[in-house]
Amino acid sequence: LPCRINKAFWQQRECIQECRDAFAGIRKNFLRLHGRYHEMAPNVVPMDYTKDPDVKLPMQLIINMPELKENPFKERIVESFSEDGEGSLSFNDFVDMFSVLSEMAPRELKAIYAFKIYDFNTDNFICKADLEKTLNKLTREELTAEEITLVCEKVIEEADMDGDGKLGFADFENMISKAPDFLRYSLSFHIGTKITVFACKYT
Amino acid sequence: MSQPPPFTLHVSEDTESDNQELSPDNEGALHTSFRQLIQEQSSLAEAGTELELQERGRGHPAHLAPPDASASAWLEPGQGEQHPGDSTTLRILASMPSRTIGRSRGAIISQYYNRTARLRRRSSRPSLQQLSRAARPSLRQYDLETDPARATLEDKRSLLAKELLSLSPSQRSHMLLSVPLSLAEKRALRRELNEQRSPLGLRAHHAAAPSPCGWSKDYVALGCRHLWYRLLALLPAAQPWHYALKQIGGRFGSSVLSYFLFLKTLLMFNVFSFLILLVFVVALQAAYPPAKANQQSFTGFELLTGAGYFTHSLLYYGYYGNITLNDPSASSLSGSVAAPAAPPLPYNMPLAYLFTVGVSFFATCILLVYSMYHSFGESYRVGSSAGDLAIKVFCAWDFKVIQRRSVKLQCENICTQLKELLAERRSRSCPLSLCQRLGRVAVLLLAWVLSLSTVLGCVVAVHYFSEHMHAVQQEHRALAGSSWQREGILLVLPLTVSLLNTLMPHLYNLLATWERQDSPEVEVYVAICRNLLLKMVVLGLLCYQWLSRRVVCSYEECWETCVGQDLYRFMVMDFVFTLLDTIFGELVWRLISEKRLKSKQRPEFDIARNVLELIYGQTLTWLGVLFAPLLSAVQVLKLLLLFYIKKTSLMQNCQAPSKPWQASRMRTVFITLLCFPSFLGTAVFISYTIWSVKPSETCGPFQGLETIYKSVNVWAKLLEKSSPNITWLTWLHQYLVENTFFLFFLSGVLLAVTYFNIQVVRGQQRIICLLKEQIANEGEDKIFLIHKLHSICKQKERCA
Repeated sequence: LPCRINKAFWQQRECIQECRDAFAGIRKNFLRLHGRYHEMAPNVVPMDYTKDPDVKLPMQLIINMPELKENPFKERIVESFSEDGEGSLSFNDFVDMFSVLSEMAPRELKAIYAFKIYDFNTDNFICKADLEKTLNKLTREELTAEEITLVCEKVIEEADMDGDGKLGFADFENMISKAPDFLRYSLSFHIGTKITVFACKYT
Repeated sequence: MSQPPPFTLHVSEDTESDNQELSPDNEGALHTSFRQLIQEQSSLAEAGTELELQERGRGHPAHLAPPDASASAWLEPGQGEQHPGDSTTLRILASMPSRTIGRSRGAIISQYYNRTARLRRRSSRPSLQQLSRAARPSLRQYDLETDPARATLEDKRSLLAKELLSLSPSQRSHMLLSVPLSLAEKRALRRELNEQRSPLGLRAHHAAAPSPCGWSKDYVALGCRHLWYRLLALLPAAQPWHYALKQIGGRFGSSVLSYFLFLKTLLMFNVFSFLILLVFVVALQAAYPPAKANQQSFTGFELLTGAGYFTHSLLYYGYYGNITLNDPSASSLSGSVAAPAAPPLPYNMPLAYLFTVGVSFFATCILLVYSMYHSFGESYRVGSSAGDLAIKVFCAWDFKVIQRRSVKLQCENICTQLKELLAERRSRSCPLSLCQRLGRVAVLLLAWVLSLSTVLGCVVAVHYFSEHMHAVQQEHRALAGSSWQREGILLVLPLTVSLLNTLMPHLYNLLATWERQDSPEVEVYVAICRNLLLKMVVLGLLCYQWLSRRVVCSYEECWETCVGQDLYRFMVMDFVFTLLDTIFGELVWRLISEKRLKSKQRPEFDIARNVLELIYGQTLTWLGVLFAPLLSAVQVLKLLLLFYIKKTSLMQNCQAPSKPWQASRMRTVFITLLCFPSFLGTAVFISYTIWSVKPSETCGPFQGLETIYKSVNVWAKLLEKSSPNITWLTWLHQYLVENTFFLFFLSGVLLAVTYFNIQVVRGQQRIICLLKEQIANEGEDKIFLIHKLHSICKQKERCA
């Protein structure tokens, strides 16, 4: 009996340590993450994660989280972190999402994921169609078609450096470095406590 | 790229003509013909069906991208890379490094392997034994045999782990955090690291039961870790207003949040300075109160006027004695029989007062300069002038905002800003005629002349008004009226100044709407400039009046206490007017607009005006610290109350500002405004008071001295007499502090450092221009090569 307890204890400890080392956010938020993941689907998500169960939650559940519900880019955010590309997140992906989107994640990592979020057709370039979709989501389709075309042209003109008519990752990173507080402050959110969840229901 | 693409280039004889075309003289013609080729191919964009066969052509085993989406990748019209119907070209293009960033696990690992290896090589040179003899001297450093591009995924992982082990632990954890792999991959990497570090270690833990000592040690370690995490959980609770700030940020965005963060910073500054003064000056004087007791009783009116009961209290300069507290010679003179248990430490009050005020100012200066440097470093980027539209599209969305109404508002704001930017571009592209330009210049000039004349008018008005109030005060003193009336008259001048400070910004807003600047950011900076000018000039006039004492405090024996009381009154009036402004400007306006006008438009939270009010209040505090040591405590109380009042009013009555504000640039602007007009002016005022103004004869710690600074000279002479070993201190004092050469030397060094930094920035801008040209050239090269590849493949197909 002591041997078994010891083994489980060590396995769990290693597992938690590994996860924690890869988590860029505040340590105590990591403890909350499992609670939030579990409460989204209590029947499916097990409490014990030491055996690495293969459980994935579908996109519909995740984008109903209060941190993401009103965000126009919520589907893209969830898709960028999903391993299978369909938008369903395992617990590892879920931790990844909050790790990258916390304020303390390294800037290069955030730039990579920001690029993935804005790349709607996932061809590793932000082309004109991606830009149009981004603009429509940002302004809730308030701009006229002519204005959208104009803005897309000007954006590509400003940011495209190697002249291929679309924004590669290098162009995007160069442009985003001109607004340093976007990556650090704007592209981040915190996992809330139940109080935040409650407050959000009231607005 | 785990395998080289299964494609070999067979250059057939038909490419003889291509070789001729590739000769350097014909390159120009070739280049223009490719432009045509690119245009031709972009018009053939409808070849979508052929491309659907190629979707599997992005042949990469560890590819993470969803397979269906890649088909649509090739269907964009008007791009320069349309290559319909060539699977091999597509396969090659798909494995180009620029397309696999962030997507292919193998590519990421090789990239980070190279990065880590470069980090390691930067710090150490390879030893001679490891060099292979065959390679060239310049290549010997590179492990050519272990080129990661050709290894399998597991090999790559172990190579990366080996490289990571050679880094320091902090570098290793930073590198691990910044690798854009999924959590499962990072855990595998970490397991690999552990295995390589101690081949026996981890396995041994899992396999057999370790000894009991090992058990208890680990339980202890785990217990400590639990305690540490629990402490960390408590830490945000110890941080003041953590939840409130999160709420504000979530509803109004980062720009309004920066106002509250600035308030918190000011609070920290004041608490720090108050603690220093408390420990070294106030507490000790409170322990040894002066001989004469306070004759006046406490009525509530003192809280407003600062006079009455407060005049002879710890609050003001006059209370503090000029004696050495606990002086052993004094106690022996008094002839006490019972010897004290421990020898009393003498405490020189005047020196303590002067040095404490000096140290708190110096520490504030260092903190200010450090935070200015820190926030400037974050917000300034070399060569970041153009590109506002792109930045507006990608960087305007604040992901922190999670409430529905605020999100809708944010969408509307971004829409408005985009439309404004487009309109600005359009107007820039069609410039104004000469007449219109002259008209604009005339309007701008007129607006500035108006604002400057209002400032002048206010200053003159304040001057004459204070002279008038002085005359009225003399009358009342002669008439021996009730003390209430006398003290009520003292409040009139602060009231007038605060009224001016509250009303003039609204006038400037009106002026700005008439002026109609091109860009909203310039509008904001102009408004800040005008308000700041008004406040600082009025304060300057008041400082002159206090120091010259012709109009204010001319009949007081203890003029420092009088000046301290005046500053206290100014602070209290400022707080009262901020309160009134919040109530009328925000609450009443919202009620009116909801009930009468029936519009959903709420008043906006005017960040610039509120920040300037904070800076003004802080300037008053710093001006008064020498004359009223407890003024920092009053400011702390005021800021605490202000936080809750502003937050409540914001939540109930306001909406987020529609003008664009960049949070980090704003932080820099606020701290710079706090440092330059405000702190610098205060430092000049205090230095002048210490060096050149004669303190009063009968009260305070510097009674009877020529200037406040002379107390240091007195002390230096005392030191010389008592212990001749410390002559270096007097030498230091004489040659460094009194001599002006040292100051000139310091300013020269500062100028040299500034010049050096300017040259460095200029050089970096030049390098950025050159690199941009290089990137554009490389892009053209890439297009050229892709078309060449494509034409070769087509020829091969034709021949086959």
